[in-house]
Amino acid sequence: MSQDLPFDLSLSEEQRITRESMRRYAERQLRAIARDADEAGAAPEGFYTGTMELGLGLLPIPEVHGGAGMPRSPMSNVLNTEDLAYGDISLALGTLAPLSFINAVLDFGNEAQQEAFLPRLAQEHFVPATVALTEGRATFDPTQLATKARQDGDSYVIDGEKRLVILGASAELLLVIADLEGEGPAAFVVEQGSDGLSAEAQDYMGLRAVETATVTLNGVRVPAGHRLANFDLERLVDLGRIGSAALAVGCCQAVLDYCIPYVKERKAFGEPIAWRQSVAFMISDMAIELEGMRLLVWRAASRAEQGLPFHREAHLAKTYAAEKAMQIGTNGVQLFGGAGFVRDYPLEMWYRNLRAVALLDAATLV
Amino acid sequence: MINLELPQKLINIQKMSHQLASGVFRPISRKYDRIEHCDTPEELKPVAQMMASIRPARGGKKEAPSADAGTVNGANLSGIVGGEELCWGDVGLLLSIPGSGLGNAAINAVGTPEQKEKFGKLYCAMAITEPGAGSDSAAISTTARLDGDEWVLNGEKIYCTAGQRGDAIVVWATLDKSKGKAAIKSFIVPQGAPGLTLVRVEDKMGLRISDTAALSFDNCRIPKENILGSPEIADTEEARKKAFGGVMQTFDNTRPAVAAMALGVARAALEITREILEKEGVKADYSKSLYNSTAIEAELYRMEADLEAARLMTYKAAWMADNGQPNSKEASMCKAKAGRMGNYVTLKCVELCGEMGYSEQRLLEKLARDSKIIDIFEGTQQIQQLIVARNLLGLSSRELK
Repeated sequence: MSQDLPFDLSLSEEQRITRESMRRYAERQLRAIARDADEAGAAPEGFYTGTMELGLGLLPIPEVHGGAGMPRSPMSNVLNTEDLAYGDISLALGTLAPLSFINAVLDFGNEAQQEAFLPRLAQEHFVPATVALTEGRATFDPTQLATKARQDGDSYVIDGEKRLVILGASAELLLVIADLEGEGPAAFVVEQGSDGLSAEAQDYMGLRAVETATVTLNGVRVPAGHRLANFDLERLVDLGRIGSAALAVGCCQAVLDYCIPYVKERKAFGEPIAWRQSVAFMISDMAIELEGMRLLVWRAASRAEQGLPFHREAHLAKTYAAEKAMQIGTNGVQLFGGAGFVRDYPLEMWYRNLRAVALLDAATLV
Repeated sequence: MINLELPQKLINIQKMSHQLASGVFRPISRKYDRIEHCDTPEELKPVAQMMASIRPARGGKKEAPSADAGTVNGANLSGIVGGEELCWGDVGLLLSIPGSGLGNAAINAVGTPEQKEKFGKLYCAMAITEPGAGSDSAAISTTARLDGDEWVLNGEKIYCTAGQRGDAIVVWATLDKSKGKAAIKSFIVPQGAPGLTLVRVEDKMGLRISDTAALSFDNCRIPKENILGSPEIADTEEARKKAFGGVMQTFDNTRPAVAAMALGVARAALEITREILEKEGVKADYSKSLYNSTAIEAELYRMEADLEAARLMTYKAAWMADNGQPNSKEASMCKAKAGRMGNYVTLKCVELCGEMGYSEQRLLEKLARDSKIIDIFEGTQQIQQLIVARNLLGLSSRELK
């Protein structure tokens, strides 16, 4: 597929406008409450209902299923993910979890499945939904799943345990990725309240503002029609790599933007610490690596959007983002010194959240 | 619309440049690394003729496209794309092509029509650095004084690329050291001008075939019209800034071009390394995460990601220049990133390939030697960091030294 477009980093008019309002929303509605939510271990009452004004989930759902019928756009999703994560990674993850379910149904579901599941998400209120991929092993590899499914007559039976499932306990619909006996990885829509399904919120080092759950499937039975017809694990994993890298880009931009005024104001030995090269070069390094992170993510996403292969590009984006995000996160704390370590400032929280980037499988967030 | 792929037009330039690099440069790369000191290699002469016929006017001010005209992929980006390929072949040989000099870029950027006519087709070097002034080019002490119809130059220049083989040298000199940056002007000194002496040609770690000259100017006389730009010394703070800023702006265009050199060198090393490792059964197919890969696969992923990040940053800086956007920060960012990436990747490749990396039977050790200078010339890593930091922090050079 060759469209022969020029190399171009300009946002479309629509992307520019959305970006502005998304950034504003992220600062006012996410950043402002992030610390309290981190301490409380949950988003405040009504937070997710509020995010419905962004219309993120509705956008890609076809009009016949009650949505806005906009084309599925990984690139625009990356921009939105960056901007929400600029406010807070945890709350961005919660806000976007239903979209990752919707994107998966759009990408992998057949017509009947889209008709069955999408209208339930095309609501005016927030319908929690999510994708459950990660498992609790140090060498976790999505192609080697311990969660197993087997066919039993007209249904499938799933057994296993999923971890770090965003909104895993409250989700009305979960897309569970399991190894189907004899066929390999497959994706199953599991409804809240199914027999054998249980979920319990777990506390992590970071991502505390969003519900992160361990979901246990004990002989959970789903109808045959709940297995997404065109599932492609590689695509799910690759989009997830782009998604988690995009979260890192947003948060690292927040770190950089927060550090710049501080080092100009904070004085030591009678002058701003920004006047010292040891400090200034940490700032320039943050900016340089952040630029690299962002462009790698954009390249992978724009390839995905154009229907070009993006397996390699997604891997490079994630590889780069995971390592550089840790560096930027820890340098943010360092630049603030003691103030970076105390919980009055957001630096330590951002650092804890950025630690998740490397291990997070953000599924079809973008 | 956001798209980070190259259009067909640039892919064609990439292919053509690659043919030249693999057909002409690579086969003689080692040979001239060993010969080091000689006149322009015979093999490069036809290349010079060909390039002169297709070279776009580099560094010239582009008209800013109107807002609705859409994005442009112009001379800057195509220069980067072609440059990476040629440097994949050999950086030293690229710098040895007659006509490729930095002096040519300066004349193209600020020369009068007469100067362009007279010197545009020649091979023009640029002499800035002195024994006592490197990155702080405002501190140069070579002087120029007008004597009748001639400028008289006195001083010493070092590390002048093509200072031996070039037909002419663009020399930076001050009209009045007490007046600082504003008094620094550049002058076109033809080879053979009275008072110009070639002191020596340096023996270097890498880029050996490229001649790096030390020159002395002892009452060196050149015609009055050989000054680039105005002979006036700006006398207000504002005008001074503008005058020297103009000189420094040349670097906004050339820094991405130097970054492209690092891209080519690093990619060459990475390709050779992959080939060697694949024979040993090491394959990195982007399936496993970094943490489930072997150490050697993880290194390959890291290097490739680093190279690609540097490449996209370089494309961005060039794309901004093509579209009339100020890119001083981005030009320095890509130069800093690519410079250190080049060192990291090429040295790591030597390391990963063991004896095969260290041996002169292959090019890996040479690529590592060649890459070092790319993080030094055209502004060191540290100078780029300063520029980026000052830009981000809104600090002056007095505040952030």
